[in-house]
Amino acid sequence: MNYDLECRNITKQFGEFTAVDNVSFSIPKGSFFSILGPSGCGKTTLLRMIAGFFEPSTGDILIKGRSVLNTPPNKRPVNLVFQHLALFPMMTVAENVGYGLRRAKVPKAEIKQRVAEALARIDLPDAGNKRIDQLSGGQKQRVAIARCMVLNPDVLLLDEPLGALDLKLRERMKVELKQLQSQFDTTFVYITHDQSEALVMSDQVAVMNKGQFEQVGTPQELYYSPQTPFVAGFVGETNKWKGRITAINEEYINLETSNGLHLSALRTEQNVLEVGQTVEAYIRPESITLNRMVDRGANGQENSLAASVKDVLFDGANSRALMLSESGQEIVVTLPQTGEFANLRAGDQLCLGWRKEVTRLFQSQE
Amino acid sequence: MNLSNQKRLALFLLLTPFVLWLGLLVVIPHIDMFLLSIREKVAPRTYEMGFANYAEFFNEPLYWNTLARTAIMSILATVLTLIIAFPVAYYIAKMLRGKPKSVLFLLCLLPFWVSELVRTFGWMILLRETGIVSSFLQWAGVIDAPVELLYNDVTVVVGLVYTSMLFMVVPLVSTLDSLDDSLIEAAYDLGGNVFSVMREVVIPHAMPGIISGCIVVFMLTLGNYLTPILLGGKSSMWFTGQIYTQFITRFNWELGAAFGFLLLFVSSLLVWLGLKLSRQSLATTIARN
Repeated sequence: MNYDLECRNITKQFGEFTAVDNVSFSIPKGSFFSILGPSGCGKTTLLRMIAGFFEPSTGDILIKGRSVLNTPPNKRPVNLVFQHLALFPMMTVAENVGYGLRRAKVPKAEIKQRVAEALARIDLPDAGNKRIDQLSGGQKQRVAIARCMVLNPDVLLLDEPLGALDLKLRERMKVELKQLQSQFDTTFVYITHDQSEALVMSDQVAVMNKGQFEQVGTPQELYYSPQTPFVAGFVGETNKWKGRITAINEEYINLETSNGLHLSALRTEQNVLEVGQTVEAYIRPESITLNRMVDRGANGQENSLAASVKDVLFDGANSRALMLSESGQEIVVTLPQTGEFANLRAGDQLCLGWRKEVTRLFQSQE
Repeated sequence: MNLSNQKRLALFLLLTPFVLWLGLLVVIPHIDMFLLSIREKVAPRTYEMGFANYAEFFNEPLYWNTLARTAIMSILATVLTLIIAFPVAYYIAKMLRGKPKSVLFLLCLLPFWVSELVRTFGWMILLRETGIVSSFLQWAGVIDAPVELLYNDVTVVVGLVYTSMLFMVVPLVSTLDSLDDSLIEAAYDLGGNVFSVMREVVIPHAMPGIISGCIVVFMLTLGNYLTPILLGGKSSMWFTGQIYTQFITRFNWELGAAFGFLLLFVSSLLVWLGLKLSRQSLATTIARN
């Protein structure tokens, strides 16, 4: 396999504090790789090491199979799109895009041509003579990417570049970024704390926590089969309950939550659990179905219970209901947008159900 | 009294000190000076209007030579101050964080706690014939006889640069502080080296600070009296010394006033030229701070 970027056992320490702890990964050519994690998890430090602004304490970074540890940032075949874009306000758009080419001593006529090509590619062919402050947020974004891409880097690093944009524009830029990536056919390494950005755009996502990678996989893998409690909690919404295992047979694991709710989960290879053990159960609000008919055990769902609506959290397509089971367990459920539950009110009685496969169990951390 | 009257009164009260200051200390003295400067003495106690005082300046090479020399040395001192202050300001603004930053900034400020007179005497103690530098060089065997380091042009410029340093460092630190570090990093990341990053990113950003620092330092240097006289002695040939001589020694107020106006004209002209050459305006430099 031919990798554009490889990190081998990268560790970065600032004094006593370990910001990045023994991280290894490799990114195949032309893919969109995201590093997703909460702020302070070490993702920016990792990115800055790849860009060359920090030296790793131990470990090696390889770009196209060659170690770049002794290559300063201005000589590395990677470029970084900064969080606040860092476009040069003292230059025009064309001068910004041409900056790297001028530094690389490319002939003037060729610079002009390549800048024009890059601007056409980002759909701003006439913006060359504009000042940076005349551009909109999304245009600035694209210029920042063009400024890097005009240099044909082996890897483009992006440090939460959508953070400063408003919601609508962010949604559009997600799609646009993904398109730009496939257009330029360059490896993108994108860091973000926003799981939706990572899931929408990436081929592969690494979930990072406390300096370590918790799980690396496709967005689907992370969402449907999280390997660690952190991933289960961080990627997507989830109900998180503490419970104790009451019974295990070949197929099922039964447990009782601290609020007295009984539920069952699928027994898998990973779930090496014993009766009596304390576990954490994760169930996504969107994998629970609602039924107005209070008939237990319907639709072949192993988990089924009656609950009353405590509160409706209306948020358009993301509307949820906070339910209360008879035993007093709070359950967040996503409301289907078919209109069937549009008139749901607090106090309504409903039947909740979910299949045993969607209950994810992890050994309790404490 | 209605609201608009109240507002008018407030504006009036606010403006009064400013108008008084401007009128009493700037406008009236200058009008008086100008009237003085265009007065010719034709006989004892009889005066006529005319530009003879200005003509005398151009007819007597010593006078305009002194002014040209003062202007050139002031420009030199300004440029030297900029060259020395820029790395200092860059180090304070961009390389340091937190406490060391404020400590170093304060250290730049510290010499200005004492008066310029005392600081200049400090230089004299160091540099005179029987001073510390001369004695040390003799002790070290570098020279055999005492050497006089005062009363030459180099010493005058050194003294002027030292006196002006703070007025360059402060505006530079403030503009460099406002430069986003990620711009410098982006410039490196895209292939820039130390020189190109300085030339294309740091200096263009710092330009308003550079110009405002240069204007202040140039004005202060051109109008300085103490440092050139004390460090340069009689041979300093500083234009302010010439004005002093006309007013106090020669008691020729008319010529002194004309010199004052010529100095004002030359400094305004040079500042205007500097702004034109650097494509800045007063609004983007001085007014900005």
